[in-house]
Amino acid sequence: MSPVVLNLIETILNGLMAGVMYSLVALGFVLIFKASGIFNFAQGVMALFAALTLVGLQTGQVPFAHLINAVLGTNLHSFGWTLPAFAAVIGTLLVMVLFAYLFEALVLKHLVNQEPIILFMATIGLAYFLEGFGDLMWGSDVKTMDVGIPSGGSFWWEDVTLGWVAEGSDYYGMYIDRLDVVAAVVAVVLVIVLTIFSQYTRMGRALRAVADDHQAALSVGISLRTIWVVVWSIAGFVALVAGIMWGSKSGVQFSLSLIALKALPVLILGGFTSIPGAIVGGLIIGVGEKLAEIYVGPMVGGAVENWFAYVVALAFLLFRPQGLFGERIIERV
Amino acid sequence: MLYREAGDFKTSYAADQQTFPIKSERYLFWAFMAFTFLVVPFIADDYWVNSILVPLLVWSMVALGLNILTGYCGQVSLGTGGFMAVGAFACYKLMTGFPELNIFIVILLSGAVTAGVGVLFGLPSLRIKGFYLAVATLAAQFFLVWMFNKFAWFYNYSASGQITAPTRTVFGIEVTGPSAPPWAAYLACLVLVFVFAWVARNLTRGRIGRSWMAMRDMDIAAEIMGVSPLYAKLSAFAISSFYIGMGGAMLFSLYLGAAEVTEAFGIEKSFSALFMVIIGGLGSILGSFLGAAFIVLFPVLLKNIMVGYFGWPTDLAAHFQIMIVGGLIIFFLIVEPHGLAQLWRLTKEKLRLWPFPY
Repeated sequence: MSPVVLNLIETILNGLMAGVMYSLVALGFVLIFKASGIFNFAQGVMALFAALTLVGLQTGQVPFAHLINAVLGTNLHSFGWTLPAFAAVIGTLLVMVLFAYLFEALVLKHLVNQEPIILFMATIGLAYFLEGFGDLMWGSDVKTMDVGIPSGGSFWWEDVTLGWVAEGSDYYGMYIDRLDVVAAVVAVVLVIVLTIFSQYTRMGRALRAVADDHQAALSVGISLRTIWVVVWSIAGFVALVAGIMWGSKSGVQFSLSLIALKALPVLILGGFTSIPGAIVGGLIIGVGEKLAEIYVGPMVGGAVENWFAYVVALAFLLFRPQGLFGERIIERV
Repeated sequence: MLYREAGDFKTSYAADQQTFPIKSERYLFWAFMAFTFLVVPFIADDYWVNSILVPLLVWSMVALGLNILTGYCGQVSLGTGGFMAVGAFACYKLMTGFPELNIFIVILLSGAVTAGVGVLFGLPSLRIKGFYLAVATLAAQFFLVWMFNKFAWFYNYSASGQITAPTRTVFGIEVTGPSAPPWAAYLACLVLVFVFAWVARNLTRGRIGRSWMAMRDMDIAAEIMGVSPLYAKLSAFAISSFYIGMGGAMLFSLYLGAAEVTEAFGIEKSFSALFMVIIGGLGSILGSFLGAAFIVLFPVLLKNIMVGYFGWPTDLAAHFQIMIVGGLIIFFLIVEPHGLAQLWRLTKEKLRLWPFPY
């Protein structure tokens, strides 16, 4: 094979991997939207918060150290322990469940039956709150995350691809980040688990019933409040997975919460209500973005990745206003 | 008596439909206007004008614009920051390209340019609805900001990528530029906001405003009744963008004086504009002002309390501030989802009946 073709394949592969990372975030959006009709803008910040908590627990940081030091004049920093990654993940999960419970009890309960835009604004308020809260609790410095996921390029794959080109050509092998491969596997497992959960368990059936019709679900005895806590906990879990992947890739810092903006075009492209849509949308956006960076970028002076995904999504939407896999929008007077 | 309809006889339809139907309310309004026009310019110092009054007026203009689109026509937009950038850069290009043009005309023209861009990005609204549209308007936000960053023509090839407002005068008094007195910028903002709030009030209760509201309440039913969605939605986008563009031009020329596009017109500006509209009250002119006041003034107040009073480090205060603002937004949504304007409406209802509530 010629290096040009191989380069194209490399670009597409990397695009697919990047797309999987976007899908991880988009999944959280879809879960909440399906179950409660809420467009949860705070998903990105939830990922950041989960990642911060994980790192904080792992390295034994004292929560609110900065605040305590400023008010009491002490000099606290660390408990002086390090937890194994597994224990820290369990601890973070508990924190996310607690968060889901509190958010339901303090906010969602009072906003039942409000218009979607009001709920949307409430989640933006939540995003602001969590962002400040996370920084206050764990500090705003950039942290590195190490939970034992391999990263860096795969030499094995590089050597394999090197064997495909003729001797002496100017080609160095294909670069695939091992972290991206792990992320792809995790995403596949996550989707399978979520599908099994929603199709074959009692709770999953209740979730789908609530998604279908709140009132009908209530009338057959499903507790809306329990369902919401469960849904937000699952979204918190997905946020944690996304936070681990993105945090291991690029460090835990504020910009992690901006991945929500990357996931939005994925979301509208795939459709707000479809889990497979989030995956396929992510793949399309990932590949499109990488190809655009290489083939369109130079024509207009680069840095197109900020808006290109949105334009792609918009172009698809003009033909299918509900996204590729979204439920058909039926309107009646 | 205070605040009573008694004795205030209406003899014409126009009198019955006026904005302030009660006499004492009317007097109060004009007294307040006289105060803002005649007294405030003389008593306000630099700090008040630059960090409170002018931003308040500028953001009121933006909130008015977004309220027309989101509150009256029901189209959620997250592209406000991008449209403000269009207004600001149009203002800059017009100011530097035609130095003899009056600054008011420049700002109006910038609004007109933004209206054109707004119609362009409003076209998808004919096909896409709800949150799909909200996300689609983010395309406008990111694309416009990228464009103003990328093409040096927009910032006249300056090395820093910044745009700086040159000095312009009105009646021989400097209004823009580094040496302009603060009260001049304040008065210029006030005149613009006053005139265009009046225009907005009359637009929204006229034929076009009713067609917007019909579109908001149920677009299919409105279409069946003969309201053209093409005309209603695109006119809402045009007029809303006109206001937002003027707001952006004012932000750049009268308030900041210099601007860098990603910093001054980023996505968080789109969100704060949306907050203003929601907290103030969707579909209310007064709400736009109340919301803008809340979002502009509250962080200033919080910062003064935490840094000035408690003496905390600024980064800690910044974290607290964002947390409290987020929490308060949720609080307000729970307490009164229809915004501050609704609270004011309820207060007025109570006042009219006070002290005998039945």
